[in-house]
Amino acid sequence: MLPDTMGLTFLAFCLPFLGALVAPALTRILGHNAAWPLALVPAAIFLHFLGFNAEVARGEIVTGGYAWVPSYNVSFSWLIDGLSLAFLLLISGIGTLIVLYAGGYLKGHPHQGRFFSFILMFMGAMLGLVASDSFLMLFVFWELTSITSFLLIGFDHAREAARRAALQALVVTGGGGLFLLAGLLLLWNVTDVTQLSLLMSFGAEVRASPFYLPLLFLILGGAFTKSAQFPFHFWLPNAMEAPTPVSAYLHSATMVKAGVYLLMRLNPVMGDTPAWETILPAFGGLTLIVGAVLAIRQSDLKLMLAYTTVASLGLLVMLTGFGSQHAVAAAALYLVAHSLFKGALFMVAGLIDHETGTRDITRLGGLRRAMPVTFLAALLASLSMAGLPPFFGFLAKEEIYAALAGGSLRAVAFTAAAVVGNGLMFAVAFAVALKPFLGAPVKTPKHAHEGPALLWIGPVLLAVKGLVIGLFSAAAHALLTSPLASAIAGKPQTVTISAVPHLGLALALSVVTIVFGIAVFLFIDKARAAANRLVEDIGWGPDRGFDQVMTGLVRAAAAITRLVQPGRMEIYMTATFAVIALALLVPPAVYGEWPRLPVWPADMPFHELAVMALAVLGIGAVLTARNRLTAIVALGIQGFCVALLFLLFGAPDLAFTQFMIETLSVVILALVMTRLKLTPRDHRPLREKIPDAVIAIACGLGFSLYLLKVTQGRFDTALTDFFNLYSKTIAHGANVVNVIIVDFRGTDTLGEIAVVMVTGLAILSIIRIRKGRA
Amino acid sequence: MTTLIFRTVAPFLTALMVLFSLFVLLRGHNEPGGGFIGGLIAVSAFAIYGIANGIAAVRRALWFHPMAISAFGLFIAAIAGLMSIFFAVPFMTGLWVYPVILGVEIPLSSVMLFDTGVYLVVVGAITSIALALEAEEDA
Amino acid sequence: MEVPFVLLIGLFFSAAVYLMLSKFLVRVLLGVVLLGNAVNLLIFTNGRILREVPPIIPAGHDVPKALTANPLPQALILTAIVISFSFFAFLLVLVYRAYQDLGTDNGNEMRLAEPENDPLPPTGY
Repeated sequence: MLPDTMGLTFLAFCLPFLGALVAPALTRILGHNAAWPLALVPAAIFLHFLGFNAEVARGEIVTGGYAWVPSYNVSFSWLIDGLSLAFLLLISGIGTLIVLYAGGYLKGHPHQGRFFSFILMFMGAMLGLVASDSFLMLFVFWELTSITSFLLIGFDHAREAARRAALQALVVTGGGGLFLLAGLLLLWNVTDVTQLSLLMSFGAEVRASPFYLPLLFLILGGAFTKSAQFPFHFWLPNAMEAPTPVSAYLHSATMVKAGVYLLMRLNPVMGDTPAWETILPAFGGLTLIVGAVLAIRQSDLKLMLAYTTVASLGLLVMLTGFGSQHAVAAAALYLVAHSLFKGALFMVAGLIDHETGTRDITRLGGLRRAMPVTFLAALLASLSMAGLPPFFGFLAKEEIYAALAGGSLRAVAFTAAAVVGNGLMFAVAFAVALKPFLGAPVKTPKHAHEGPALLWIGPVLLAVKGLVIGLFSAAAHALLTSPLASAIAGKPQTVTISAVPHLGLALALSVVTIVFGIAVFLFIDKARAAANRLVEDIGWGPDRGFDQVMTGLVRAAAAITRLVQPGRMEIYMTATFAVIALALLVPPAVYGEWPRLPVWPADMPFHELAVMALAVLGIGAVLTARNRLTAIVALGIQGFCVALLFLLFGAPDLAFTQFMIETLSVVILALVMTRLKLTPRDHRPLREKIPDAVIAIACGLGFSLYLLKVTQGRFDTALTDFFNLYSKTIAHGANVVNVIIVDFRGTDTLGEIAVVMVTGLAILSIIRIRKGRA
Repeated sequence: MTTLIFRTVAPFLTALMVLFSLFVLLRGHNEPGGGFIGGLIAVSAFAIYGIANGIAAVRRALWFHPMAISAFGLFIAAIAGLMSIFFAVPFMTGLWVYPVILGVEIPLSSVMLFDTGVYLVVVGAITSIALALEAEEDA
Repeated sequence: MEVPFVLLIGLFFSAAVYLMLSKFLVRVLLGVVLLGNAVNLLIFTNGRILREVPPIIPAGHDVPKALTANPLPQALILTAIVISFSFFAFLLVLVYRAYQDLGTDNGNEMRLAEPENDPLPPTGY
């Protein structure tokens, strides 16, 4: 790749964050029309990545990046193959429309600029996630999507439901991110590579590794939470608390697909094992059924769509793990198709809500005259979702059935799951797209009329795209889906399916799905009631479980805090010193490394011993002093003795400093203590004195033994020799101590005098505060 | 404590001690001494002056607020480290010049400037503490 | 030669810890001063003890003539003395102010930051 292309690609990854930076100011100037210039950001990114299409379609992989910390093999590098490119185009393409849509949807909202900023940041995180080559970048962007989605979901932070949903999404997906981190570290450990592009050639090693199962567990922990697989599905519908542009973006092409992306990315490395091909389809299938049933239960447009998103994600996971060539092609097709129709339908739902004031399906009807353009978009998108020819969704569905249908029990089971799930989604699609528009007009809270262009341009474009791709499937396969499927499978694949129906088992299953779907749609009120009863009979769900876990967490934290922090300082002190004593005494006891019995030095002159004895006397006097003055004087005595010891043992600098400090300490203590009407004696009863004394003596003994052991060992004089040798020759100073302080370790000293100054400021302010109050 | 003799002697004692502290600071690189010790001696001098003549006298004598002296000390210590930028050597590298003034070679260095910074920080910060506590006494 | 120092340092540590285990902040303060001296002596002794030869290079020489006391621990201790003094002064003022405001120097009676009956944190969102 040419260097200038590389620079541009890097710029493309930075652009959303730059856009986020200017968005609030731009919105302040232009109002909601800031959407137009801001939409240029994702549009430019879309066009840039479109330029890679030809290269990637030829089966090439575009990589690039910059070394970051070369010594740790960490780089900011990207990898653009069919999978990444499909995601990049979906994210930036749908992102463009979402920015425009948000301009109309949040028109006049006081925090619209902030919203633009958040959504562009989220877009940047998402782009980085799907294009990252290095593990570290993958993880960083993964968590960044969690954080930015937290901001987006909690955008309406004045409402408690929004705060709860945001926190829930953050806890579930951020927690899953930790699983991912552990999984990536384990992958690094097993293969010794830190880049996805290199990882691809280590598939056999990973699968044969004894760590394969833990690795699988960790990676799935990350992917399933992000992609809302059962039983972690609950955060996704709750996230509907966010403004609709967020739902349309996060839950069609981006956030929730990140988990699917990860699974698809790792399919060539970790797939093709019994565990992979059992766990993924099983959880995916379960999620499909659960999501579809829960979708039927809802009457809120957005919630219905949210649960079908859960179901679709289940379908994608099921297909990714199914392990056949057709399944991979089906996953690729469905991934793109779903992003298009779901994005469009969410925007339609928001549009209806925006223009009529309600999104309760039972209170909507007959909008086709009032909102014809919206109706068109809804119709096209829902036909794609329902999987009718010649829409893109039909292609995906045909491929799904071709992939799943087979003679074995496993194939039959998953085919049945897919038929039921798709049938229910068919019904929901029709309910969402037709019910509000057909029939007699129903009075709505707001007078219904067509929304502004900013609002309908997005859904219409996406819905039409679903039709166009369906019609011109050959070109779409060559440019998009074939490279995508190849990347998922890890070997070249060609997708051939077209919108012309072929007679066969797949078509028959499609017909069964459609008949089932129409049947459910016709009796949707009854179906809703039945699903409601079912859920009520079960009662407890993971959503309520989340509340219980959070409450339990807070209670447990409070209980532990009370246990270890009862607010009594002596307990903290006792615990600290008891631990210090144990840390000093236990290791030598366990390893039998006591110091040798010391020998009293024969050449201790009398005056040295006398100074030490005086110090001991001073300590004793401090301990037993009966009044303040005695304590101060006694403290001074031991301090001067220490200074004398420094002087006697070759440290005149220390001795002078200690003398000055002791003098000042005594002066200051005298100044303060005379005003504290306190006795320095303590009133500990004997039952407290004894354990305290035991701990104190144990600490002293521990330090003595440690010091004895150290002084009995060999002494490494390398540093001392260095300072002695170079103090005069390099640093031009004869006083080695001073040279160390001001020259060799000058930066240290700079920090230390800063500490002295800050302490002075702190003392001054404590004294001043009191004066100000009085 | 504030006897007539003490009050009379205190200014001379203080002046002598400050002079001595400067001497200790300057000789520190080759003999026992240095910024920390010199600074502490100067603080003791001001403390004595304060006890004898009251803190208002000390504040007048110091001219600057002690904390400002301290901050200036930290500033020139940092400057002493940063001077190395202009000679393209690492931070805190000692730089030496030997100008000959009146026929005497005087070694000057960034290290000495740094030690002076240490001296001023210690003088300023600890004098400020002592004065604050003494002021509390009067209040 | 280190042996008497070892014993003295043990005594310093014991006394300091015993004082710091007290409820009364004045006693804790005295303990902190003793602890500072104990640690300084500990570092000093760790660098081995040598009598009466300060680490100063005589004029006309480039390296010390004979074996001198270890300069490295001395440099570490010198700054430590000044810093422990500033902290001592800070603690002293803190205790003094606490006594003025709360009327006690008993640590257990100072429950401003950690009240006796702290209610449970809220469990909502």
